[in-house]
Amino acid sequence: MTSWKLWLPFALFLAFFGLVASGLLSPSDQTIESKMIGKPLPAFDLPPAVTDRPALSAADFATGEPKLLNIFASWCVPCIAEAPHLQALADAGATINGVAIRDKPEDIAAFLARNGNPYTKIGADNLSSVQLEIGSSGVPETFVVDGKGVITYQHIGDIRASDVPLLLEKLEEAQ
Amino acid sequence: MIAEAGLACLWLAAALSLLQLLAGGFSLAGKGAQLAPVIRPVAILQGLLVTAAFVLLIWLFLRTDLSVKLVAMNSHSAKPFLYKFAGTWGNHEGSMLLWVTIMGLSGSCIALLEKRLRSDTMIATLAAQAFVSIGFYAFLLFSSNPFERLPSPAPEGQGLNPLLQDPGLAFHPPTLYIGYVGLSVAFSFAVGALITRNVGPVFARAMRPWVLGAWIFLTLGITAGSYWAYYELGWGGWWFWDPVENASLMPWLAATALLHSVSVLATRGALRTWTIMLAVVAFSMSMVGTFLVRSGILTSVHAFAVDPERGSFILALLAIYIGGSLVLFAVRASTVREGTKFNYFSREGALVMNNVLLTAILGIVLIGTLYPLLTEAMGTKVSVGPPYFNPVGAIFALPMLLVMAAGPILRWRGDSGRRLVNLLALPALATAVTLLLVIIFGGSIGILPLLGLVLAVGLAIASVIPLFGRNLLRTPLSIWGMVIAHLGIAVALFGMASESAFNQEVLVASNVGDTHEVGPYTLTLNAIDPVAGPNWTALEANITAQVTGSNASEIITPQSRNFTSPTMQTSEAALLTRWNGQLYAVLGEENDDGRWQLRLWWKPFVPFIWYGGLLIGLGGLLALIGRTARDIKRRRYDMQDSDMQGEAA
Amino acid sequence: MRILFCMTLLLGMTGIASAQQSMPPAPYAYQQLDDPAQEAEAKALMETLRCLKCQSQSIADSDAPMAGDMRHQVRTRIAAGDDPEAVRAWLVERYGDWVSYAPSVSAMTWPLWAAPLALLVLAVFLMRGRFRRSNAQGSANAQDGEQG
Repeated sequence: MTSWKLWLPFALFLAFFGLVASGLLSPSDQTIESKMIGKPLPAFDLPPAVTDRPALSAADFATGEPKLLNIFASWCVPCIAEAPHLQALADAGATINGVAIRDKPEDIAAFLARNGNPYTKIGADNLSSVQLEIGSSGVPETFVVDGKGVITYQHIGDIRASDVPLLLEKLEEAQ
Repeated sequence: MIAEAGLACLWLAAALSLLQLLAGGFSLAGKGAQLAPVIRPVAILQGLLVTAAFVLLIWLFLRTDLSVKLVAMNSHSAKPFLYKFAGTWGNHEGSMLLWVTIMGLSGSCIALLEKRLRSDTMIATLAAQAFVSIGFYAFLLFSSNPFERLPSPAPEGQGLNPLLQDPGLAFHPPTLYIGYVGLSVAFSFAVGALITRNVGPVFARAMRPWVLGAWIFLTLGITAGSYWAYYELGWGGWWFWDPVENASLMPWLAATALLHSVSVLATRGALRTWTIMLAVVAFSMSMVGTFLVRSGILTSVHAFAVDPERGSFILALLAIYIGGSLVLFAVRASTVREGTKFNYFSREGALVMNNVLLTAILGIVLIGTLYPLLTEAMGTKVSVGPPYFNPVGAIFALPMLLVMAAGPILRWRGDSGRRLVNLLALPALATAVTLLLVIIFGGSIGILPLLGLVLAVGLAIASVIPLFGRNLLRTPLSIWGMVIAHLGIAVALFGMASESAFNQEVLVASNVGDTHEVGPYTLTLNAIDPVAGPNWTALEANITAQVTGSNASEIITPQSRNFTSPTMQTSEAALLTRWNGQLYAVLGEENDDGRWQLRLWWKPFVPFIWYGGLLIGLGGLLALIGRTARDIKRRRYDMQDSDMQGEAA
Repeated sequence: MRILFCMTLLLGMTGIASAQQSMPPAPYAYQQLDDPAQEAEAKALMETLRCLKCQSQSIADSDAPMAGDMRHQVRTRIAAGDDPEAVRAWLVERYGDWVSYAPSVSAMTWPLWAAPLALLVLAVFLMRGRFRRSNAQGSANAQDGEQG
C-alpha cells in the first residue's frame, strides 16, 4: 500500500477535529432567528385579547410610524422580568403592540394589572398563528416593524435594561 | 469517610495505571526488562482499586449521603431503592467512574486470562490500555470528581429525572458503556499489535472475544434504549436519527464490521491493516459518541449536564488517542502484510463487501450527524433527519442484505456460482411471493418499507440455510450464533418495515363510555381514576380492549403521572402485546368540555424490532461461548500458531 | 431519547406548565383530519418538521404546546388542499432550513447529498484491491450472486 493512503485516515481525523473544535470554541446559540426580517409583516387580524385595548391586525403597523411588536403571555416568567423595560420603552415614546400567545382574557388582564400595561393594542393569538407567520420561535420576542409594515429587527428572549437603548435605536433606524 | 476512601482508591488506581504504562514502555524499549513481570499484577490491582472506588460511590448513593455534591445533585432520600442504586451512574461523574471501572476490570481480565499472545504484544497491549485509562482518570480527578463534598450538607437531594426512573433506562447506559469499553480493549490490542508488529491470526483470536462481547452489549444497549424511547416517550417512535441515537449506532456499525473482519483475519490471515483500522475506528466512534453526548455541541440537549469544559477534555483525550493511533497506523501499517487476495465468490469475499458496506453506512451516519455543525460554522443552520438517513442509508443497506443472505452460504477461499444460485432459490422465491402478497393485500405503502418487508422474509430463510444438512446437535455453537444473529437482523427489519408500512393511529377526545376502533381492537374508556405511587401521583384511564367481533377482552391502564422531586409530568403508555403486534395507548389532557384526549395505535409486528435485537445479542452470545470453548480446547491441544480453518464468520 | 432533553429544559419551568395547560390545545393539535389520505400526508410531513421549542424532536411527537400549534397549522393547510411541500416551504421561509429535517439541495448542502456517491466510489476503490483478477468468471458470478 502506498504511504499516502495510510495517512488518509489521519487527515480525515484532522478535518473532524478541526470541525468539532471550532464548534466547541464558538458554542452554537440555540436561538432560531426569523427569516422574515426585511420582509413585510404577513397579513393577520387578531381579536382583542383584553377589554380595554383594541384588537390588532397587520394593517395597524403600516401607518408611517415604526412600532414594536411584542410576543408575550401571562404564563411566561421572563415576560414578567421584561415588563418594566417594556414600560421604559413605552415611556421613551415607543408604540408597543402586543400579541398574547395561548392565553385567557382574564389571565392577561391579571398579568397586565400586576406588571403594568405598556401596550397600545393587544391581539389574542390562541393558535400561535401570528407567531408562526413572523417566524418567532418563543415567548417573549420583540420585533421592530417600520412605518411601511416591514419587519426590520428581531429581539429574541426577554428585554433587559441594556437592550432598551438598542431597541430605541432600531426604532429610530426604521423611521 | 466513605467519600474520602473512594477518592483515595481512585488516586491509587490512577497512579497504578501510570506505573503500568511506564513499566510497559520501558520494558518494550528494552530498558527495563525486570519491570515486565510487575505489569500483570499492577493491571489486576488497578482494576480492583477502581472497582472499590465505584462500590464506595454506590454506597454513598444508597445511603443518600447529602454531604456529597454528586448525591445531593442527583438523588433524593424518597427515591425507590433501585433508582438510588442506578442513580449512581445516571449522571456525568458517576457514569465516567463506571466507565473507568469497566476499563480497569477489563485490564484485569486481560492480565489474568490472556495467555496466547506473544509477551511483548501482551505488554504493549496492557500499556496501551493503561494509557487510555490514565486519560479518563485525569478527567475524573481534575474535572469531574464524583466524591466532591459540599461545604455543608444539603437538606435534601434534588432527585433524579423521572424519565430516568425506569428499569429499562437504569441499565441501558451501563450496557452501552460496557460495549464502548470493550471496544477500547480491542483498540488496545490493535495498538499493541501495531507497536510490536505482530498483526496475525493469533492477535485476531485474542481480540475476537472482546469485540464479540462489546458488540453484544452494544446491541442490547441500543435495543433497550430504542424500546425505552418507544414506550416511555408516549409517541410510539422507536428511532429518530437523533444525534444521541446516532452516537450509539456508530460504534455498533464499526464493531459489526470489525467482528466480521476479525473472522477473516483469524481464519485466512488476511485483512490485517483493515482490521487494525476498524479497531481504531470502532473505539474512535465510542469516543466521538461520548463527546457528542456530553459536550452538547449538537442540539440534542442531553440529560447529562452539558458542559463545554468537559467537552474540551473529552476532545483532548480523543485527539491524543485517536490522532496518536492514526499516526502510528500511518507509520507502521506499511510494514503489515495485508495477506492474500480473495475470490469474489467466497466467504471472505462476501465479508469484505459486508465490511465496506457497513463502513459506508457508518460514513453516512457520521456525515449526516456532523453536517449541521459544518453548515453552522459557515453561518447556516440546517437539520438532517429521517428524510436523509433513511433513503441514503438504504443505498448501502439494501445491497448489504443481499450480501448477508449469500455470505454465510459461501465456502471459504472459493465457491461455485451454481451452488449459490441453487441454495438461494428458496429465499428468492419467498421474496417474490411476499412481494406479490404485499402488493395485492398491503395497500399503498412506501418503497422502503416494501423492500424492507420482502427482503426481511428472504433474508430470514437464507439465514437458516447454513443449518441445512447438518446434524443440529453437533453444529458448532459459533454457526448457531451466526445463524441466529442474521435471523435477528431479518426479524428486526421485518418489525421496522411493518411498523412503517401498517401503523394505525387514532387520536380522539373521548367521553367516559365512548368506544373507539383501532386495528383489530375495540376500546372502551371506562373511567379515569386517580392513583398514587412512591414518588408520583397519576390519573389512570381504565380502558377495555376487546378484539373486535370476539368476547376476549382485557383492561389496559395508561397513566398521566405527576412526579414530585423533581416535579415533572410524564405519560406512561399502556401496551398490549400480541404475537402479531402491539396496541399502544396514551392518556393525554382533559379538554375544556370534559373529554379526555386518547392517543391510540395499533402497530403490527412492532415488537419484532426488539425481538430481533435480542436474537442478535443471543447469536453473539452463542458465538462468544462457542469461540471461547474452542479457544480453550485449542490452547490445550496445540499451542502452535496455526492457520487452521475456522468454521464460520 | 429526545424528549428527555427538553423535559430537562422544562424542569425549570414547571410552575408555568400548569398555567399553559389551562388553555386548550389548538383544535388540530391532537385531532386527525377526516380524510385518511390527507391525514397520512400531514402525518408524513409533521414527522419531518422540527419542533421549535423542543429542539431535537419532530412536531409529530412533541407535547410542547407550540408543536401542537404547528401541527394545527400543518393539518389545516393540508385540509385546505395545500401541497405538503408547499407547507414545508412556508415554514422554511419563516424559520430557515433548520425547521425541516429534509435538507434541501443547495450550495450549502450538496456535499451532503454527494456523500453517498463519494462513498460508493471509495468503496469500489477499496474493494478492487482486495479481489483476485485472475479469475475472469469470478466477477460475473459475483454479480449473479448478488441478485440471487
